[in-house]
Amino acid sequence: MSVVVPAPSHGQPSHDDLAALAAEHGLPKLGSRPGLADYVRQLWGRRFFCFGLARARFRSQNEQDRLGIAWIVLRPLINAAVYGFIFGLLLPKSSRQENFVASLVVGVFIFQFFAACLTDGAKSITGNSGLIKSLHFPRAVLPFATVIEQLLALVPMLVVMLVVALATGEPVRLKWLELVPALLLMTLFCTGIAMIAARLTIHIRDITQLIPFLTRLVFYLSGIFYKSPGGGATGGQSVLAKVLELNPVHAYISLVRGAVIVGEGAPPHTWRLGVGYGVGFFVVGFIYFWLAEERYGRE
Amino acid sequence: MSEPASAPVTGPADLLAQRVAATGPRPTVIVDDLHVNYTVYATGRPAKNESTKLLRRAVNMRRARKIHALKGISFTAHEGEAIGVIGRNGSGKSTLLRAIAGLTPADQGAIYADSDPTLLGVNAALINELSGERNVVLGGLAMGLTPDQVREKYDDIVDFAGIGEFIELPMRTYSAGMGARLRFAIAASATHRILLVDEALAVGDADFQRRSERRISELRDAAGTVFLVSHSLKVIEDTCQRTLWIDGGTLRLDGPSAEVIAAYNASVK
Repeated sequence: MSVVVPAPSHGQPSHDDLAALAAEHGLPKLGSRPGLADYVRQLWGRRFFCFGLARARFRSQNEQDRLGIAWIVLRPLINAAVYGFIFGLLLPKSSRQENFVASLVVGVFIFQFFAACLTDGAKSITGNSGLIKSLHFPRAVLPFATVIEQLLALVPMLVVMLVVALATGEPVRLKWLELVPALLLMTLFCTGIAMIAARLTIHIRDITQLIPFLTRLVFYLSGIFYKSPGGGATGGQSVLAKVLELNPVHAYISLVRGAVIVGEGAPPHTWRLGVGYGVGFFVVGFIYFWLAEERYGRE
Repeated sequence: MSEPASAPVTGPADLLAQRVAATGPRPTVIVDDLHVNYTVYATGRPAKNESTKLLRRAVNMRRARKIHALKGISFTAHEGEAIGVIGRNGSGKSTLLRAIAGLTPADQGAIYADSDPTLLGVNAALINELSGERNVVLGGLAMGLTPDQVREKYDDIVDFAGIGEFIELPMRTYSAGMGARLRFAIAASATHRILLVDEALAVGDADFQRRSERRISELRDAAGTVFLVSHSLKVIEDTCQRTLWIDGGTLRLDGPSAEVIAAYNASVK
């Protein structure tokens, strides 16, 4: 049954015939983006892959150096020490927060989580083209795995953070439990950010060049080494104070500080911001990422 | 799926029997007038003079160029078929396979397929900085297996790949052949309804080739459909009854392997 196919599609079965044949045998069309509910179901089906990928990456990241996993904690600790040294000397005592050391460590550590999710999230599609080109799975696995990998790195950082708090005179208290909802909300926010960054990088590769500057800007606007100016003052707030207050990363840092440091209680509206940014960014980021599902792996 | 309105009042089983009698084996992949374009960013456009060339290089203006890799391919593959795909370098063989695997979307036309086709190729890297062990586990999970299923198959996969203690080392330390063998072993561990093999067999040694040929025929017997891209016409002739010859993005010939390969050889000479 050799069929010679001439150059113009002559004598070939027509479109309608093939489409009808497919319909008759119930063959679904490939490559079309699954519906949102289906997509979520597929993603759930690959949950083991997602966790496995995050764990494998996390371990291999830290196997190269002799101190290994200790670097996860050492890097931000040294970072905090440098900032503490510079700004502790530079800034007047009045502009510092309560318990400057613990506050600084919380700020630097929590910020580190956000920055890593943004930077690695942006690379989660472009940096995994090997996987994408060889295996078929819902691509949202990749930004999710990035965030999980960063969560794994956050655990030892949290332990060190609490040790620093205790060492600088903070008591063990029930309020520490607030860490759970605060970090859960922040994880939702960071997942949204990672998914948005991952898709944007597909459209404009050059974005990865801008991310360090964006990260820097957010860092300085997150009140990590200074007290937020006019915090909670009625009216007459400066622009900087407004920006600080609306900055999602600042909101999450405030929530964590409120849980760990006495006298740093986060006002209720910070919780409202935290819920809003967390749920909002997650939903928008997920849908935005899903809408381009069939584009990943094209280049 | 809607039945034709004029169908006589018969049970669904009768209808199915009629259909099988009329159409032969069940189709698993239907490719309908498939077109695939690639957009390549490259400074490939000839510059008129030296200064525009410099300017363009300075701002790194990269023009998007369209490459028409597949220009309208149609065919139907059936249950239990092993189909060879041949053609020159750059004729579109790998693109065709990647499109069937759902990794490269169609620009025009459509592909209908029974289940998720799985592509297994030499270029398909897993994660190079991880050990072979972890790649086996991750590869299995990525194909949708559960951790228990992966544990069950782990020894078989490692045995099949036959790379010895290298399994504990990162994949970047592997030779090209070892990497390809491991990838083939991982992908071939699950029974796929539709398996796409891209040149994977060319890299192994004779022993590995024999084992993988056996595995491919096992997969075919399990009512699957296998597509095989290879430059080795002998491998195609030995493993596939049917062959597609792709030439410049179009389907030149589709028929029994011996005939198609003879025609291909005649054109190459």
